[in-house]
Amino acid sequence: MSDSSLLALTLAEACTGLAQKSFSARELAAAYNDAVKVAEPLNAYITPTPERALAMADAADQRLARGEALPLDGIPIAVKDLYCTKDVLTTAGSHILDGFRPSYESTVTDKLWQAGAVMLGKTNLDEFAMGSSSTTSWHGPVENPWRRAGDNRPLVPGGSSGGSAAAVAARAALAAIGTDTGGSIRQPASFCGIVGLKPTYGRCSRWGVVAYASSLDHPGPMTRTVRDAAILLRAMSGHDPRDSTSAPVPVPDFEAALTGDIRGLRVGIPREYRVDGMPGEIEALWVQGVEWLRAAGAEPVEISLPMTKYALPTYYIIAPAEASSNLARYDGVRFGLRVEGDSIDEMYELTRAAGFGAEVRRRVLIGTYVLSAGYYDAYYLKAQRVRTLIARDFVTAFEEVDCILTPTAPSAAFAIGEKSEDPIAMYLNDVFTVPANLAGVPVVSVPAGLSDDGLPLGLQIIGRAFDEETVLRAAEVLEAAARFRHLPSFIAGGGR
Amino acid sequence: MALDKATVAHIAGLARIRLSEAELEPLTDELSHILTWVEQLNEVDTSGVTPMASVAAARLPMREDEVTDGACREEILGNAPRTARGFFVVPKVIE
Repeated sequence: MSDSSLLALTLAEACTGLAQKSFSARELAAAYNDAVKVAEPLNAYITPTPERALAMADAADQRLARGEALPLDGIPIAVKDLYCTKDVLTTAGSHILDGFRPSYESTVTDKLWQAGAVMLGKTNLDEFAMGSSSTTSWHGPVENPWRRAGDNRPLVPGGSSGGSAAAVAARAALAAIGTDTGGSIRQPASFCGIVGLKPTYGRCSRWGVVAYASSLDHPGPMTRTVRDAAILLRAMSGHDPRDSTSAPVPVPDFEAALTGDIRGLRVGIPREYRVDGMPGEIEALWVQGVEWLRAAGAEPVEISLPMTKYALPTYYIIAPAEASSNLARYDGVRFGLRVEGDSIDEMYELTRAAGFGAEVRRRVLIGTYVLSAGYYDAYYLKAQRVRTLIARDFVTAFEEVDCILTPTAPSAAFAIGEKSEDPIAMYLNDVFTVPANLAGVPVVSVPAGLSDDGLPLGLQIIGRAFDEETVLRAAEVLEAAARFRHLPSFIAGGGR
Repeated sequence: MALDKATVAHIAGLARIRLSEAELEPLTDELSHILTWVEQLNEVDTSGVTPMASVAAARLPMREDEVTDGACREEILGNAPRTARGFFVVPKVIE
């Protein structure tokens, strides 16, 4: 097969092709290694690992030849550079982790390699996953492979898993893994025209993932199709005794849930997601999505999630608070950057001033403030109480419906630099994604249409905790109805 | 809540982040703006509502108290900017 036809395969198709020996894992890895090079202008990867990819592919080929194939044997995957990978540079997009090579492997990546997957490299991201544009990385901004029709300005891929999203969209990775703390898988998936899945909190272990906000961080897959997401999620999931919040629940065969049958499924349409200033095209796509599901036999139900508007301010207290605590470990003593000082405090202060970018500093300072004596109750405890009410909204809604359909983001991709002046304007990107992080419920974003200027737009399906199966089943029906076949302006390996 | 520069300087001290005088002023405005924005939570009646720290099970899992790792000093020191004789090296803390 030619490189361009290899790169056009979905993960499910590549598994079949490898099993049938239509091509080897080495051929597939080599095609992707070349694609990673071709896609360099996007800055989607911080550290490509082409040699490791070939070595892992060779091992997969040997197992395939012996008839001992593993579920993901030979599947090339990109890893957000927030996952610790043994002996491979792990930066979290920050200067402060300069030169850090973990002596251990994260649980999720370890599971992928144990399942036979091939590592293509580590992808770029907003520094410490704090952002919605992938422009705050120490390693420079990521470019979206899509451009607006008739406008050549480079666009952001969304964030924080923007490198993973751009790589999958540009065919510089067959699939990728990201993390989602307030929308960091789903919003970039929406901006880049791919599928992004944030599982239930506790489904995928956080062990070995650089912590941003521990009660909100969710590892998850980013893929070209819903089926691919189902396959990858299965390999990533499972109880991990090393993460005390990892759920001791069985891992279903998510792919088996894709029956295409959603007759009688009750789909909630929350009225509070019609926010002021949302573009008409997103509202129209949402209405279209409701019609697609109705046509497939689902029953749309108008519902209310009254606390929706408070999710963002709640998030911007809780996430910075947890971040200020988690990022206390970057002190110039045990790993990464160190700026010498005359006293230990001066060394800490100079190291952290030099090592953290503007957005990280902002969040650490906000977090320090809301946790400080005298303000803890007014901000942090208040936010935790509102979080209870937000989670309760979903519990109440799921007494009435089986899943919920909403837009993924309130806009399409914007130009690099367009929103960086005002932090709150940037935060508003996550207005539709943040509630599910606070409630811990599973969500998948599916590319559903194009904006007037030719950019992808996503719709998301939210489900009950640990019911990824219903979410995926409904998402696959949505995907089939939307028939999103558009390609970005830039893809490695040319067209089909 | 509008913060003043002295408060921001104090927070920065607690967070061990050195800020220059030139950085202090814009950061004071930005943080004040963010804090004022999050204060819309005061509209919500939360009396009698239990705070939620995590959606995970409220009780931490227990395990046997046994040694599960160790003897990995080289690995632990491997990424440190400065080490000597098997220890991390920091500026002198005791005169």
